Amino acid sequence: MNHTILYVIGAVLYIVGAPFLGCLMDGVERKLSARMQGRIGPPVLQPWYDFIKLLNKQVVTVDRAQFFILMSYLVLMVMSGAMFFSGNDLLMTFFVLSTTGTFLYFAAIVPSSPYSSMAASRELIQEVCYEPAVLLLSVGFYLATGTFNARAVFTQNTSLVMFLPGFLAAYLFAMIIKLRISPFDVSTSHHAHQELVQGVTTEMGARNLALFKLAEWYEMVFLYGVVAIFILNSSPVSILAAVLVDLAVFFCFVLIDNTNARVKWENMLGLSWAVTGLCSGVNLLILMMIR
Amino acid sequence: MPVTVFLILFPLIWAFVIFAIRDNKVRGIAAYIGSGTIIAAVGVLFVQWLINGRVPIKMFYDTETADHFILTGEIVLMLVVTYLCFKYHKYWISILSIVPTLMLAYFELAGPELHKIPHVYIDHLSMLMCLIVGIIGGMIIVYAVGYMDGYAHHHPEFEDRRNYFLGLLFFFLSAMFGFVMSESLLWIDLFWETTSVCSFLLIGYTRTDEAVHNSFRALWMNLAGGVALAVGIIYFGYQSHTVAFHDLIDLSTQMHMAYCVLPVALIAFAALTKAAQYPFSTWLIGAMVAPTPSSALLHSATMVKAGIYVLLRLAPAMAGTLTGTMITFIGGFTFFVASIIAIGQSDGKRVLAFSTISNLGLMVACAGVGAPETVWAGVLLMIFHAVSKSLLFQDVGATENAIGSRDIEDMHGLLYRLPRLATFMFIGIAGMFLAPFGMLISKWSALRAAVDESNILLVLFIVFGSATTSFYWTKWMGKLISRSHETGDRLKDITKRNEVVSLTVHAALMILLCILVPFISKVYVDPLLIEMFGKYEDVLPMGVLYTMIVVIAFVFLVPIFSYFIGRKMRANVKLTYMSGINTGDNTMFVDSLGEPKRLWLSNYYFRSFIHPHQLRIFSQILTTAVLLVMMSMIIGGAL
Repeated sequence: MNHTILYVIGAVLYIVGAPFLGCLMDGVERKLSARMQGRIGPPVLQPWYDFIKLLNKQVVTVDRAQFFILMSYLVLMVMSGAMFFSGNDLLMTFFVLSTTGTFLYFAAIVPSSPYSSMAASRELIQEVCYEPAVLLLSVGFYLATGTFNARAVFTQNTSLVMFLPGFLAAYLFAMIIKLRISPFDVSTSHHAHQELVQGVTTEMGARNLALFKLAEWYEMVFLYGVVAIFILNSSPVSILAAVLVDLAVFFCFVLIDNTNARVKWENMLGLSWAVTGLCSGVNLLILMMIR
Repeated sequence: MPVTVFLILFPLIWAFVIFAIRDNKVRGIAAYIGSGTIIAAVGVLFVQWLINGRVPIKMFYDTETADHFILTGEIVLMLVVTYLCFKYHKYWISILSIVPTLMLAYFELAGPELHKIPHVYIDHLSMLMCLIVGIIGGMIIVYAVGYMDGYAHHHPEFEDRRNYFLGLLFFFLSAMFGFVMSESLLWIDLFWETTSVCSFLLIGYTRTDEAVHNSFRALWMNLAGGVALAVGIIYFGYQSHTVAFHDLIDLSTQMHMAYCVLPVALIAFAALTKAAQYPFSTWLIGAMVAPTPSSALLHSATMVKAGIYVLLRLAPAMAGTLTGTMITFIGGFTFFVASIIAIGQSDGKRVLAFSTISNLGLMVACAGVGAPETVWAGVLLMIFHAVSKSLLFQDVGATENAIGSRDIEDMHGLLYRLPRLATFMFIGIAGMFLAPFGMLISKWSALRAAVDESNILLVLFIVFGSATTSFYWTKWMGKLISRSHETGDRLKDITKRNEVVSLTVHAALMILLCILVPFISKVYVDPLLIEMFGKYEDVLPMGVLYTMIVVIAFVFLVPIFSYFIGRKMRANVKLTYMSGINTGDNTMFVDSLGEPKRLWLSNYYFRSFIHPHQLRIFSQILTTAVLLVMMSMIIGGAL
C-alpha cells in the first residue's frame, strides 16, 4: 500500500514538475548551445518567458481544428509520462506514446499547408524510426526483470544496463530522433536553419505553439526518465548515478546537436533500423540464450 | 428442424430462390428477408447455447443419409470445377479437384470402419465464427443489394448478373456455416471446397480476361490447399479410425500420438492457402477485380477467416512443434512484409488487401505459437479485423461511387466533402490499429508470449511490423482530415440507404467492441481458452485493463471537450504559410512564371526503395523454400 502512494506521488510530481524541469532543461540547452557556438546566449529562463508570452498573445490560427488536436496531443503526452512515472506497464506506455505521436501528425497535417504537411509526413517517418527501439526496450526489460512493470527496477540488485547495454544504445539513438536533435531534426528544428521553415510548427501560433512547447517539455522529462530505468536499482545510490548519467546524456545530445548536419530522412530510416536491429537484436539474442 | 441445420440449409435454398427471381425490387426484398432471417437464426442459436450453460452442442451421431449427400456434393463440385477448367482451357487445375475428391470417395466407401462421432460440434470458437459469419455476412448482403444496383448502372459493359451474384453470397454463407459447425473432417472438406469454388465464381463475376485469370489463380491455390487437407484427413482416418476434428487435437495434445504430426501439418498448410499467407497471398490481391461486396465478404467474414479458424483450432496441437515453428515464421514474415508493401500502395482497396494479409499474418503467427496468450490475442484480432475490414471495404466502395476514385490521394479532405463516409472510415481505421483499441492489446499479449517462447524472429517481426503498420494507416487518416486542396465543397453523398444501414451497424459494432474489449475478454475469450487448453489463465492483468479504460476515456473525451471549448474561442483565422506567395486562398500559389498554380499535397509512398514486385518475388521464393524444407522435415520425421 505504501508503495502505491509512492507511485501516485511519482505521477503527480511528474504532472506538476515536468513543465518546470523541461523548461529549465530547454533553457540550459540553449545556453549550452550558445556557448559551444561562442555566443552568450539567452537567459536560462528564456523559454519560460516565451511560453508566457505565447499564451497571452492574440489567437491566430490557420485551422480551428488544430487546437483540439493539439490539446489531445498534450493530454496524451502527459498521460503516457504519468503512466511511466507511476511505474506502470512499460509496453503499454510506449503504445500510448505512439498514439500521442499520431495526434501531433494530425495537428500538423490538418491545415493542408505545404510546409506543415511535408513536415508532418516526416514526423510520421520519425515515428517509424524510433518505435521499434522503444518497443524492443520493453521486451528487453521484460526479459531482464520478468515483468513489463517499470517499478520492478527498484527490486533489482544490479542496474539493468549490465544486461541491456544494446537496448540502451538503441534507445539513445531513438531518443535523438524522438527529441528531433540534429542530425535527425527532419520534421522540425530548434534552430533557425530548418529548410521547411519551422516544420510541424509552421502553422502553430500563439496558444497552439505554447501547447506544443508544453508537450515537448513533458516529452523531454519522460524520455530522460526512461534512461534512468537502465541505471536504477534497489540501492538509493543508484538514484544519484541515474541523475549523473542523465546529465551526461544531456550534454552529449547538445554536443551532437551542434556538430551534425541534418541527414535525409532516407538515411535516418536506414540508420535507425540498422542500429536498432543490430544493437537490440544482438542483445536480445544473448539474453534469450543465457535465460 | 434444429437451428444448426437451418443455418446451413436456409442460405443454400435461399441462394437458389434469389437466383430465380428476375425482378430487381423483389429480389432486393428477398435478400433483406434472407439476411434478416440468417441474423435472427444466429441470434436464436446463440441464445439457445447461452441458456444451456454454454456447453458444446454435439449433434448427429448417425448420419448415413447425410454422408451420402456430402459425398454427392463433393462429386458435383468436382464436376463443376472440371467443366469450368475445360471451358477456359486450364485443364491441369481440374486435377487438383479430381484427385482429392476421388481419394475421399474411396476412403468413405472402401476405407476403414470409423468410430461414431458427432458431426456437428459447436463450442465457443465455432459459436464466435457463427456470429461473425451471420452478422457481418448478413450486413454485407444488405449492403450488396444497394451496391450492385449502382454497379450495374455504372458498368453497363458487364453482363448484369445481379441474381447470380447475390445468390452466390448466400451460397457462400451456407458453406461457411457448415464449415465452422462441422466436427467431421469429411464434412469440413466439402465445405472447404465449396468456399474455394464460391470465391472463384465471385472473383470471376465480370468475366473479363483479368477476372478470369485471377479467379483461376485463386482456384488453384485454394484447391492445392484442399489436396493437402484431403491427404491429411485420409491419413488420420486410416491411423486412428476417426475423422473428428476435436479427436485430432486431443490425440495429439493429450495422447501425444506420433501419427497426428502429419495430419496437423498438412491441415495447417492447407489453412495457409486459405488465409492468403506468403507464398499464396497473390490470390487475395487478385480477388479485388470483383465488385466490392465480394471483397468485403472474402476479407472479413468468410474465406480468409476459415483459414484462421482452422489454425486457431489447431493451435494447441501446434504448440512447441516443428509445424508450429513453420506456421509462426510464415505468419510473422507475412505480417512484416505485407505491411511494408502496403506503404507503397495508394489504391485504397489495395492497401486494405495488403493490410488484411498482414493482419492475418499476425493471427497466423499467434496460432502457430499455440500458447493461451497468443490464442487469446489471435481471437481478439480476428473479431476486430472482421468488423473493421468489412466496414472499410464497404466504405471505400461507397466512396468510390461518390468521388469516382478509390485512390487515397483523391480522398484528400474527405472529411469536409463526404463527412459521413469519412467518419465511418476514420472509425474503421482507428478501431483497427490506434492505441488503445483493437490491435494494440493483441500485440501487447502476442509480444509477451513471443518473448516467453524465446521466439526472437517473431519479436522482431512484430516490433518492426508494428511500426510500418502504424505508418500506412496513419497517413491514410491524415489524408482524410486535411483541408481540401480543391474547392472543398460538399459532394453529394449518393450512398444508398441500405448501404448506410450496413455501414452504421458496422461502425456501431466497431465502437462497441472497442469499449467492451475487457468485458468480451472476460466473459467470452477466457472460457474459450479454458475449453481449448483446459486451464484458466488471466491473460490481461487488471493493471493493464484499468490503464486501457483510462486511455480510452481520454482518447474519446479530450478531443470532444476541447472541440467545444475551441469552437467558442475567438480566433483570428489566417492563410497558411506559403512564403508570401498565396493567391488569396489556401489552394493556390504564384509559380515562378507569375501564374497562379494549384497546390497539390501528396503522401509518401517510398516508391524509391519499396519495390512491391521484387519484394513479392523475394518473399515468395523465401517462404516457398521454408515451406518445402520444413514440410520435408515434418514428413520425413513422421514416416
